[in-house]
Amino acid sequence: MVYWDLFVAFFIPGIVGYGGGPASIPLVEYEVVQRYEWMTTQEFGEVLALGNALPGPIATKMAGFIGYEVAGAPGAVIALFATVGPSLLAMLLLVGLLMKFKESPRVKRMTSFIRPVIAVLLGALAVDFFATGQEGAGWIQTGILAVGSYILLEVRKVHPAFVILFALAYGAIFLSW
Amino acid sequence: MDVKLQSQIFLAFFRVGMLGYGGGPAAIPLVQKEVVELYEWMDDEEFGDLLALSNTLPGPVLTKLSGYIGYRVGGFFGMLGALFASVIPTVVLMIILIGFLTSFSDSPIVQGMTHAIAPVVGVMMLVLTYNFLKTSRNQMGWTGMLALTGLAILITEIADVHPAILIGILLIIGFSSIRHRKQEAGQT
Repeated sequence: MVYWDLFVAFFIPGIVGYGGGPASIPLVEYEVVQRYEWMTTQEFGEVLALGNALPGPIATKMAGFIGYEVAGAPGAVIALFATVGPSLLAMLLLVGLLMKFKESPRVKRMTSFIRPVIAVLLGALAVDFFATGQEGAGWIQTGILAVGSYILLEVRKVHPAFVILFALAYGAIFLSW
Repeated sequence: MDVKLQSQIFLAFFRVGMLGYGGGPAAIPLVQKEVVELYEWMDDEEFGDLLALSNTLPGPVLTKLSGYIGYRVGGFFGMLGALFASVIPTVVLMIILIGFLTSFSDSPIVQGMTHAIAPVVGVMMLVLTYNFLKTSRNQMGWTGMLALTGLAILITEIADVHPAILIGILLIIGFSSIRHRKQEAGQT
């Protein structure tokens, strides 16, 4: 059943994704693109890019939009609840207990163990996006866009929203024929 | 129900949601500004505690904070209001924007635009990858970072195991290993 699938697809990234919403993106991609095949890598990339161009938390924007695409408004509510509910509920119920653990080396070690795994997932996702870019626009344009956006984002420190707008404009002008 | 308080909670997190760029973690200073400086619902110390606390749990950080603060300040309805305000407006924007773009998806201009997006997202993911690897090298040194990275590549990419399984196992090891704790104590 699609509602149950949606719940599972967003529940898993919500409970294993340490490090906030951005860290859960590759986990969401795994569920949405690879496991349930609701979207292609290309579509997921577009949604992620537009999500990055808009304000607000990324995990909930992705969940709300994908839930809506897959099963309408109820789908959006379920995906959002699965993303937000479990960790918030744990927080409300366990505040007293967690206070003891907040500076605990165990917790720090848990997050540090996970970080390389998230890095690998993010890296694999980056490779996927370059491959889809190459399919759509060819190696040369992909290279130009990748190097150009790297310089803007990391060297010139341009806001990601503007970089995405630049890329959209570039695509509209140079890749539309 | 205190309508004024509820609308303040709503407004505070509406602003956080609409003005925070770069995902939830980037919006945390905005939460601090609203909650500590503007409305004075808690002091800096309590806010810091709450932030540390929410980092001990998985899942998106902003919704944990807004939900909890909303609950503490305004009860159940405060929690709903804070969550709704921080999440729903941007989801609606997203649905409208993408719906608008896909209604023109046959136009060559929109196709060109979508083709230009993937490489840019690739770069963003690559930068995130690098940041995660760098932090993890700082915490565990080259050996630990490379060993875990290699293990993760082997298990998730080559053996194609669900990443949640590997993360779950690592969480359990991280929580229970005593040997490492002694090493850490020895270092400090």
